[in-house]
Amino acid sequence: MKFGIVTFPGSNCDYDAYHAVVDALGEEAVYLWHKDHDLRGSDVVILPGGFSYGDYLRAGAIARFSPIMREVIAHAERGAPVMGFCNGFQIMCEAGLLPGALLRNASLRFVCEAVRLRVENADTPFTNRYTRGQLITIPIAHGDGRYTADAETLSRIEGEGRVVFRYVGGPGDADEWWSPNGSMNAIAGIVSAAGNVLGMMPHPERAVDDLLGSSDGIGVFESILSRVAA
Amino acid sequence: MTALPRPRPGDPAITPALVAEHGLTTEEFQRIEQMLGRTPTFTELGIVSALWSEHCSYKHSRPLLRRLPTKAPYVLQGPGENAGVISIGDGLAVAFKIESHNHPSAVEPYQGAATGVGGILRDVFTMGARPIALLNSLRFGSLDSPRVRYLFAGVVKGIGDYGNCVGVPTVAGEVAFDESYEGNPLVNAMCVGLLREKELIRAVAQGVGNPIIAVGARTGRDGIHGASFASADLSEENEAKRPQVQVGDPFTEKLLLEASLELIRSGAIVAIQDMGAAGLTSSSAEMAARGDVGVTIDVTKVPVREQGMTPYEILLSESQERMLVVARKGREQEVASILEKWDLTTAVIGEVIAEPVYRVTEGDRVVAEFPGTQLVTDCPTYTPDAREDAAITALRNRDVSAIRERPEEGDPRWTLEQLLTSPSIASKMWVYRQYDHTVRTNTVVGPGGDAAVVRVRGTRRALALKTDCNGRYCYLDPRVGAIIAVAEAARNVACTGGRPLAITNNLNFGNPRRPEVYYQLREATTGMAEACEALGTPVTGGNVSLYNENPAGAVFPTPVIGMVGLIDDLDRITRASFSVEGDTVVLLGETADEIGGSEYLARVHGLVAGAPPRCDLNAERNLIEAILGAIGAGVVRSAHDCSDGGLAVALAECCIMDRNHPLGARIDLSGLSHLSRRAVLFGETQGRILVSTPDPAALREIALRHGVPTTVIGTVASADDPLEIVLGRDRLVASLPWLDRLYYETIPDIMTKSTAALVSAATESPV
Repeated sequence: MKFGIVTFPGSNCDYDAYHAVVDALGEEAVYLWHKDHDLRGSDVVILPGGFSYGDYLRAGAIARFSPIMREVIAHAERGAPVMGFCNGFQIMCEAGLLPGALLRNASLRFVCEAVRLRVENADTPFTNRYTRGQLITIPIAHGDGRYTADAETLSRIEGEGRVVFRYVGGPGDADEWWSPNGSMNAIAGIVSAAGNVLGMMPHPERAVDDLLGSSDGIGVFESILSRVAA
Repeated sequence: MTALPRPRPGDPAITPALVAEHGLTTEEFQRIEQMLGRTPTFTELGIVSALWSEHCSYKHSRPLLRRLPTKAPYVLQGPGENAGVISIGDGLAVAFKIESHNHPSAVEPYQGAATGVGGILRDVFTMGARPIALLNSLRFGSLDSPRVRYLFAGVVKGIGDYGNCVGVPTVAGEVAFDESYEGNPLVNAMCVGLLREKELIRAVAQGVGNPIIAVGARTGRDGIHGASFASADLSEENEAKRPQVQVGDPFTEKLLLEASLELIRSGAIVAIQDMGAAGLTSSSAEMAARGDVGVTIDVTKVPVREQGMTPYEILLSESQERMLVVARKGREQEVASILEKWDLTTAVIGEVIAEPVYRVTEGDRVVAEFPGTQLVTDCPTYTPDAREDAAITALRNRDVSAIRERPEEGDPRWTLEQLLTSPSIASKMWVYRQYDHTVRTNTVVGPGGDAAVVRVRGTRRALALKTDCNGRYCYLDPRVGAIIAVAEAARNVACTGGRPLAITNNLNFGNPRRPEVYYQLREATTGMAEACEALGTPVTGGNVSLYNENPAGAVFPTPVIGMVGLIDDLDRITRASFSVEGDTVVLLGETADEIGGSEYLARVHGLVAGAPPRCDLNAERNLIEAILGAIGAGVVRSAHDCSDGGLAVALAECCIMDRNHPLGARIDLSGLSHLSRRAVLFGETQGRILVSTPDPAALREIALRHGVPTTVIGTVASADDPLEIVLGRDRLVASLPWLDRLYYETIPDIMTKSTAALVSAATESPV
């Protein structure tokens, strides 16, 4: 399977996503240039983390106008898988691919640490290798990760099972919502109504090797493989 | 032959007062007149003032720096370039350097620190290396002061926001607090990059006719005379110089990084250099001097941010995120198209010429011209008088063993609490949580341990990286303090399984024209040279930051060491925290009755006194061989350097450093009962490593082979057990949650607590 990883000016996790796909997953990956209009035959598109256009205006607000985004949106509309991590998630919200917005962390500080997530829905193309309620450890690294939506949107995505990852406390408090950034309902990741677009603030591409502390993130990539293979 | 430069309309007259305002002495001005055979123009005066500033010329430190060892078979590039470069085998090399941004950070902490990171990144990627890690070394006054908390928070955010945006992980650092840094914080940033040896490029201008190209951000009026600002004492007047601090743009930096690496790989350029301190002036003059060629620059070709900038302003601007490139003639279009791809501004502003001059024109008019490369090579150097401050001699000679214990010290747990809540010792998680340390997915050991470990992708190797310096030791004895800084950095690197290879240094001192300060600079350099020689770690470059003074005096002399080590095999990577219950805890090295210069004396008795611990470089070398041998043999489960705060603090750290998996320990130090209790628990004897091992006999045998004494002091206990230390009749029991709270919550508490609460805590403090 071929993964296309978009490089916006200011993307800096494109390299990590590339190595997660090629080294850990053993699949093919290509970089997609933001000025192009060509997904180069990618089956899956990844919008990587970073600071597209410096995020000086609002995270993701400019990147969504990049030429390549027209093709990314068309890809998503065809029902093909698109994943956004961190800045990628922010771009997706700005582009309307996913509902809600990501605001400045409640602490007003950048936060980099490994966090525990609970898999809330294991029946999506991105989570079918996990089990519902499974706890996984994945790093976060962001300054604008506070997921926010109006009450109606929030109840809709909760009701439709579209919240796929939630931040939770330590092993003793596995059920307790605990958000490192002040996200509503401790939301860490959601999918689109059709289920083929995933946005999450944590970095699964940084959790694919036990040497670096966790390989819990590889499941996100493997889930897509089994979905498309099936 | 072109016309000689004449004053521009509007140029001020060259008077002694103007010369003094440019930081040049009468003798230096005479030297310029001799070089030119005439009076310099205003533009020329500005150029010389920048290039002959302490910051650019190293005029007070250069003779001392010559003492440092700089060679080893693996050193590909020593001092004098943008960054040092060492080979790590397989055709791979590492470029690294440390640099200070102390003065800007004192007046504008956020931008001062951010642009410090930007500058050091450019120094590394202009060698053809991709930056893979950032480190830093920070010093502030006491956190009791709201101003210091503002500086601390601003510097940390500035470092974080810049590095995070560019996407280079900040993997290690050190932060210490002492009143001597009040008003003059130290902000040293280090960058490490990886390159293929064959892609190494040097900032040497070559090839007559080759075009000189300005790349990146446009030139504005910001930062004019930043280099000169950094070459004078800080005073209240300097507050007015805030406009000299530049503003960073990490997004443009990221584009420059990618574009520069593409340019270097394209082969279309011969040299590239950051327009850093003293901007266009220093980058063009230094590249010309290294290549021993002439250059001519036309300032009207430089892309500017505002109208009406004079040649003087364009030459001395320190606008950030700009590079100067010497391209191969005929390949300008290739250069332009790479820069266009990355949306970067570019303009040909000059060329390499056969005539041996450094010439600046404004259109057709020559505004500055210096013969040959004398502008760079003729800067005078100074060797001022050196004399130790008698008050410091007296402090060092004080018999600190005669200082009586305070009554509270009857319970060593109380003393341990004082040390773990000292901001210099307490966990810096509050700091590094704000730094992205996992981006690029190569960080095996991140901040919070002994040294950071960054894997070299595609190989079995990893780099061990560390910054280190104890300013208090250096204050009490600059030679010994510098020796310890090198030895401790090496020990930290070795504890992770890395062989120390080379260092970069950042010499942070006061005003060198004062004999007491020059003495410190001279002694510290001597000590550093001795230690680098003995440990086989040459100096490949660095930075000197002088005039770190405020109205209250100089900062502690702080020669920061940035060390790079190499781990041969990923399987050898070793961490500091205890990891397996039942392992034996062994102390490598010998403990002496030393409390001079310790954190204990500073924190518990409010004293900076006594001789710092002795440091036997032979013993240090043996210790490094022993720990590397033992790690190689697979008998080391954890290794932690025993330093600030002594054995008790080191043991506590081993228990709780892996915060999610803490383990207790049962320790018996009664074998050291012949020493004073406080020396055993809190003394900072050098040359010691705390190891946990499943095979103490094998460890002992390896250590003895290297002449290193070992003492079995206990066992690793379970997650439910406390840290228990027995010493003769004394018994210290510290639960893991108690240790965790003290160690991890101290700095967050201080940074969120109200000023009023801090004031009351300070008045309750018995010191």
